[in-house]
Amino acid sequence: MKQHVELRNHSVELHKFRMRLTISAGFVLVLFLLLYARFYFLQVVQQEHYHTLAEANRISIAPLVPYRGLISDRNGRILAQNYSAYTLEVVPSKIQDLETTLNELAAIIEITSTDRQRFKKLLKESKRFKSLPIRHRLTEVEIATFAANRYRFPGIEIRAQVYRQYPEKEMVSHVVGYISRINDHDLEQLESNGELHNYRGSHHIGKIGIEQSYEKQLHGITGFEEVETDAAGRSIRVLSRTPPTPGNNLILTLDLGLQEVAEMAFGDRRGALVALDPNNGEVLAFVSKPGYDNNLFIGGIDQENWNLLNNSIDRPLNNRALRGVYPPGSTFKPFMALAALELGKRTAEYSMSDPGYFSLPGVSRRYRDWKPGGHGRVDLHKSLVVSCDTYYYSLANDLGIDNIHNFISQFGLGRKTGIDIEGEVSGLLPSSAWKMRQHKQKWYAGDTISVSIGQGYNLTTPLQLAFATMIIANNGKAYLPHLVKQIQNSQTGEIEDIPAKLLYSLNLKPQNLEVVKSALVDVTRPGGTAAKAGANADYTFAGKTGTSQVVGIKQGERYNEKLINERHRDHAMFIAYAPAENPMIALAILVENTGTGGSTAAPIARQVFDYFLLGKLPETDLAHLTDPIKNHVHDHL
Amino acid sequence: MIEIRKIWHYLTRYIDNFLLTGILILMVIGLIVLYSATGGNITRVSNQVINILIALVIMWLVANIPLQQIMRLALPMYMLGLILLIGVAFFGEINNGARRWLSLGVTRIQPSELMKIALPLMMAWYFDKHEITLRLRDYLGATILLLLPVLLILRQPDLGTALLIAASGFYVLFLAGLSWRIIIGLGTAAAASLPVLWSVMHDYQRQRIMTLLDPTQDPLGAGYHTIQSSIAIGSGGVVGKGWQNGTQTQLDFLPEQSTDFIFAVFSEEFGLIGNTVLLLLYLLVIGRCIAITANASTQFTRLISGSITLTFCTYIFVNMGMVSGILPIVGVPLPLMSYGGTSMVTMLLGFGILMSIQTHPKLVKT
Repeated sequence: MKQHVELRNHSVELHKFRMRLTISAGFVLVLFLLLYARFYFLQVVQQEHYHTLAEANRISIAPLVPYRGLISDRNGRILAQNYSAYTLEVVPSKIQDLETTLNELAAIIEITSTDRQRFKKLLKESKRFKSLPIRHRLTEVEIATFAANRYRFPGIEIRAQVYRQYPEKEMVSHVVGYISRINDHDLEQLESNGELHNYRGSHHIGKIGIEQSYEKQLHGITGFEEVETDAAGRSIRVLSRTPPTPGNNLILTLDLGLQEVAEMAFGDRRGALVALDPNNGEVLAFVSKPGYDNNLFIGGIDQENWNLLNNSIDRPLNNRALRGVYPPGSTFKPFMALAALELGKRTAEYSMSDPGYFSLPGVSRRYRDWKPGGHGRVDLHKSLVVSCDTYYYSLANDLGIDNIHNFISQFGLGRKTGIDIEGEVSGLLPSSAWKMRQHKQKWYAGDTISVSIGQGYNLTTPLQLAFATMIIANNGKAYLPHLVKQIQNSQTGEIEDIPAKLLYSLNLKPQNLEVVKSALVDVTRPGGTAAKAGANADYTFAGKTGTSQVVGIKQGERYNEKLINERHRDHAMFIAYAPAENPMIALAILVENTGTGGSTAAPIARQVFDYFLLGKLPETDLAHLTDPIKNHVHDHL
Repeated sequence: MIEIRKIWHYLTRYIDNFLLTGILILMVIGLIVLYSATGGNITRVSNQVINILIALVIMWLVANIPLQQIMRLALPMYMLGLILLIGVAFFGEINNGARRWLSLGVTRIQPSELMKIALPLMMAWYFDKHEITLRLRDYLGATILLLLPVLLILRQPDLGTALLIAASGFYVLFLAGLSWRIIIGLGTAAAASLPVLWSVMHDYQRQRIMTLLDPTQDPLGAGYHTIQSSIAIGSGGVVGKGWQNGTQTQLDFLPEQSTDFIFAVFSEEFGLIGNTVLLLLYLLVIGRCIAITANASTQFTRLISGSITLTFCTYIFVNMGMVSGILPIVGVPLPLMSYGGTSMVTMLLGFGILMSIQTHPKLVKT
């Protein structure tokens, strides 16, 4: 290709250049006119808007914090609400001598040393020109007193504040959670989510529970206003206002009446109860005892109360239902039984002779049944009704841990359920792969034996057990457990239902389910381990007791409850659903360090079912339905 | 007597008096407003006077350099700037999350500042060299010269400075005759890529953009300065509140008042009338610069003076636009008025070049 080289004509080039220069100049002129138009707009057209009423006044921008959404149970009983009160706030940068001023202030308004401590702490953490509260919840008398003396205290103002309140306190604190002051970590989080602009002027944010997991719904949208203020910072008039959008209200799936009955049934004992609706996964009750008063955390918990809660041996801050991991004990057996039938390792007719122990072939060690001498001839039905251990030792050996793991993990054990509050743990359903990963050892046949009766490496949370129970109750449907039933739009009042979410379905043979489920019904009938709890019920309910070991007993020794330190005693457990033919409620109960599943946990389920199905309220004495602690003797491994 | 006259002549020989007068008036106005903006802080004002004097000296020095010398400095300055930028990329001090400074024992330097003048010089020199046989690929070459420092600065990261330097380079390209088709083509391509960019952005990045475009979205955070300065300007009205009487700005004591947002103080205190006078003064200075550009005799001098002039306009427009709320906040000072030594020196260095172009005997190019 021929290269075509042009020699530029000098004067043409100069002309072109001048053209471009002129165009640029014109462009500059246009831009300056644009600027001028903007100035004109601000300084002439908007004159009214920006003109202040007095020379010394100025216009400041203030955020308008939105009204936080309310939380109620499914029947409208309030679990979290707001109320207005007045605080006394100080702007440190406007005060010469803080100490003296505070002393003078304390002479007319009550300021405790706790108040001062809290204030000093805030002072350290905040910028000096921020307004910081020194006293909350002023009484009317205090407001009047201060107003009369206000001229003496420039830089100190009364502010109206909206407070959060949790009327039910300990009863639902593990579900509702709490809001508390925004800290640096929260700020970072907000910034990286692009949410920081919505929190200007807000002091609080959800930290745990529903208050945290639904923060976005509850918080709303911050507004702002332009205010003319005088030299002392008092608001004279509002120039413009973009109102905030209040947060949405949440209606939970919880039935507070049911929760109350469960709490009463527990009495002073520690433990957890999770009740689900097996038709849609709604959480009807979520108990973790002991609870704590979440109101204490809102303003930042004081040292004394914190120590009490944190150091208490009862661990009230632990959400046992969500995060407590316990060996499931004999409540594990129904899942083993289903595994046996579905995997073809046992039939319903097969029976074995139970001498009271089991040994692996060629090994002398005996794994004992809880009943000395054994239960005689046992088939699958009987093994569940009387909770025979030997049947399951033998079964476990035939199934092998990996079959057990793969089948039973379908019921959600060893995995998080995905419930809509944070902090859930996955527990542990062991497998040979797990043991190799975790302990770098291979799996021993003896390990399987203890897993089969819900001990050994086996660990579940009460929530997981309830979830697994639900799946049996509704014949194989795994619904996502959720705590929020409806969301109400705060502006329109419209209520949006949160639909049930079916995570997956298990394909279980109906005849196998029938065998297991009818056995579970017989557990609560005479001859079953929960017969006492099931006596005279006006409906049929199905369940399985469990007694989960906390401390191992040496070979040959006997478990003597009285001799063991209370906190080393076995846990009592019970899973159940009712009515058996068409379940409306499925639950899992754990009572720490006391009694057996049948004597202690099952009666609680009975009271809960009585209330839920019949509306029957427990008599006040019923909390002590259990037999007094006799010299219970168990033979354990 | 003759001595004084000789000294005077020596001093002002290469100074363009018109331009100098305009510059001085603006600087003095700047000092007056600075006094008010800092709440009567004499120390700050005196520091600024020192900044001004240093910058004036540098301007004088540059104005005295003959054109050929300036041209000869273009390439070495550019190379030096590039090397220093690369040095910053590897050894730079990290300050506020960005690497911009290079420590050289006694002093610290910010190479991107050097680039502000080195890049247009280099590109102007480049186009001058290829003046006779200008082809499309020469524009490509110039673009590469532009991109090298811009990308390095973007990496620091310093988006604002990178954009300004890119602009000054673009002005050279434009005045050198970059085809309209290419300009329009690039513009359309950029516009078309915006929706694609939007869709791949993170939530928080989108929120930042939204706040830039509408400061009322985050009125107490990112949008605060914009809203406050708009209020300040508006409250000045037509006649302003009077010197030192700007209540919006007096009671805030924000440090930015003396630097990027000085125009807000000016507007509040001197009103629309003051703004009109200020704009006219800037326009007069710009006008003189354009005249100098039009009369420049070589490709090199035309291009460099054009770039300096247009860059000066850019700073003014961007700063006033951001302060009055029609542009997002980008941290650009108001030339000749904002407090700060570096920008003063950079500006006056540019003006020195303009003066040199204007006052040295013009070479007649064949």
